[in-house]
Amino acid sequence: MTNTYDIAIIGGGIMGCGAALRIKEGGMDPVVIDQGDIGQGASGVNAGTLSMQIKRVKLMPYAIKGHHEWQLMGEKVGFKKTGGLTLAFNDREAELLQERMTMKRDAGADITFVNPKKVEEIEPHLAKKIVAASFCPDDGYANSSLSGQYYRGRLTDENIDTIERFQVSEININSNGYEISSGDQVIKATRILIACGGSTKHVAAMLGEDLPIRARINTVSVTERAPRIMNGVIGHATGLLTMKQKDNGTVLIGGGWQGKGTPEEGRGAINPETLLPNLQLAQFAVPTLSKVRVVRSWTGFEANVPDFYPLAGRLGEKDNAYILGCVRGGYTIGPYISKLMGDLILGREPEMPLFDPNRVFNEDKLI
Amino acid sequence: MYDVIVIGAGPAGVNAAIEADNLGYSVLIIDEQGSAGGQVWRNKSSSIIDAPKTETSIKGNALRDALMSSNVSVKYEARVWHIEKCDTIWNIHVENDVLTSKNLIIATGAYERIIPIPGWTLPGVIGLAGATALFKEHMMVPGHKTVVAGSGPLLFYVANEIERLGGTVEAIVSLNSRFDWLKSLLIMITQPILLWQGFKWVTAFYKKTIWQSAPIKFEGADHIELVKIKKVDDDWTPIGKEQILEADSVCYGQGLIPAIEASRLAGAEHHYDETLGGWVPTIDDMGRTSIEGLFVCGDNAGILGALAAPIRGKNAAQAINKNGVVYDIGKFERFGKAMTALSIPRAGLLNLIDTDTDVCRCEGVTRKEIEHEIITGAQSPNAIKSGTRCGMGPCGGRFCADAQAMINEHVTGKTREDIGLPTARPPLRPMPMDQITEELNYDDLPIPGVSPL
Repeated sequence: MTNTYDIAIIGGGIMGCGAALRIKEGGMDPVVIDQGDIGQGASGVNAGTLSMQIKRVKLMPYAIKGHHEWQLMGEKVGFKKTGGLTLAFNDREAELLQERMTMKRDAGADITFVNPKKVEEIEPHLAKKIVAASFCPDDGYANSSLSGQYYRGRLTDENIDTIERFQVSEININSNGYEISSGDQVIKATRILIACGGSTKHVAAMLGEDLPIRARINTVSVTERAPRIMNGVIGHATGLLTMKQKDNGTVLIGGGWQGKGTPEEGRGAINPETLLPNLQLAQFAVPTLSKVRVVRSWTGFEANVPDFYPLAGRLGEKDNAYILGCVRGGYTIGPYISKLMGDLILGREPEMPLFDPNRVFNEDKLI
Repeated sequence: MYDVIVIGAGPAGVNAAIEADNLGYSVLIIDEQGSAGGQVWRNKSSSIIDAPKTETSIKGNALRDALMSSNVSVKYEARVWHIEKCDTIWNIHVENDVLTSKNLIIATGAYERIIPIPGWTLPGVIGLAGATALFKEHMMVPGHKTVVAGSGPLLFYVANEIERLGGTVEAIVSLNSRFDWLKSLLIMITQPILLWQGFKWVTAFYKKTIWQSAPIKFEGADHIELVKIKKVDDDWTPIGKEQILEADSVCYGQGLIPAIEASRLAGAEHHYDETLGGWVPTIDDMGRTSIEGLFVCGDNAGILGALAAPIRGKNAAQAINKNGVVYDIGKFERFGKAMTALSIPRAGLLNLIDTDTDVCRCEGVTRKEIEHEIITGAQSPNAIKSGTRCGMGPCGGRFCADAQAMINEHVTGKTREDIGLPTARPPLRPMPMDQITEELNYDDLPIPGVSPL
């Protein structure tokens, strides 16, 4: 009756769609399944920052490749290379900035340190309280709202089946592969790739795998259209602020402040106790923002593991089961790492090493 | 901490507050306007305070007096931007303040349904309900030569007020037929005073009323000058020859939509019921929602109008107690539903929305763009919004969500219930950043841990 796909990809975000496109190109027949709409999870609600300065040192080579992928997608995803500043407002932050940006520069990012006078030239509306700053000309952003539209179009063009609003309730393994159920509906596939962000732990558990994933709940806000007050991406030495003003004048404010809720309960909710400091910090950096109206604040889930590195590889001891999730920088790296994942599934040697989901996780030290 | 916070000081909210006060609860009522009354019993501005009394000003004053002589605390000119329930306590975020209560009654009323036709955003074209605010608060008329167009009883009320205040009604263009009204009149018999008033209005404007017709286009260089209208069939599809009316102002609207943003943000279950104006919170006969300690009353719980509102308010207060008394709204409900029925959108209405007309006026998104997005696979309101920006502007989708869903219904054949709603998010109104935050003392900034290197 129903055909058996070569692979069922659970999660229609950047990771899942990117992998599906690569896999199809390699000659396999994938199906993409999503509990909601294509590209409407974290891929569609994150702040869209494509900044080298906020990428982790070890992930820099992946981020550079990912950035290139976004550039190729271009206008369809609202790609803009604007350059970006990272700011320090006190000596402690200046020290942090110096140490971190030097390491990121050594890892391949084009980062320079700039003095307050130069900062004022680049961003005249910034508060005159800056102690130190770094600049990267490659930084920019894309419009995450367009992720769904873009990937849906690409999947359609490549004749890849998509099944939306399919809430996976059960996965059975048999000699032919996997049977993925949502109520009465069943999808059969030889292989399975779990790439559903915040819900990854929940779905992996259906295959008996217990992954040390905790969902982060990142907060983003957007303002009404305002006169030009920023030219590029603005960040903070601690990583607690990202800002950019789109061509239409709206300002997007993020920085990873944590909201409330779990992926099992719904879409999460903002927490005023973290949203308000996020907005305070934004106004502190750009005082003109104070009179601008916030139109909407929201949250998105991000899968988090103790060492904050991606999960990309085979799942446990199982045949033909894979997992792909990316903490920290998943938006930037997604279009690239999903290709690597596709290659692994196709039996090709990926261009760069992947991140074994079965590794021993050491708590990464937060400094 | 209050026992009860009421959001919205219209007839429903104020009656809920006073009833809760009478029951011995400590009560706070919050409204974004400068005084109680809501839209229907809106207070006059101070500049016209000595103007002759009207029925709405008399009722409004009685409501304000009753509130003043109660123990209810009031907070006016205050904007609620977020609502959250923490354990059993409601946190109501009002600008940079957090007010807390054990129970929350939402009485946020309604807003207008305005079907977007070519020229609907021209200066001089205003909503029917918006026009009533001009009359009540400022005694202003929208122009010298006004076309009043749309559906439902507001058409005749607005026309009557315009002429009472010295304006001229060029014509009433009513989607409803005489027969639609005749059916409603049978129910209006339960309200003889209103029936008589309605009868007076309709007869006064009988000659000026163009029945079963709709504007298809508003035209003008930089202000409304001409209204092009056509007859409509029983499905409200425009048919026949175009007729042209001259006007320097238009009052336009197709009924009211419950304002459910607050009850959605509070987490209550909602469902679609066209007989109540659209999406409404799912409630029992007293206004209890699916969330413990959350109650709704007034038009945001379903459009039943001003007559039912006070009783619905009292019921919501009684509902706090498991054994509260239920006041009967039977005849008011029948009357309210009969009035709401006149504005239930019919399928042909969609034919009025030209493909190049902006459906979302904040972001300039046309019907064609929305249809393209749906045809290429975006079918949920969230997905359509993400792809087109329809509903992303300052109005938060208040004015376009209904038309967008009508288009979706038409293209996909899905029901409104299946189409669903976009995710509810704060702030409930666009808020200037410095109004919701305190000034930052940088050293106090809570730094939850630097991101990993």
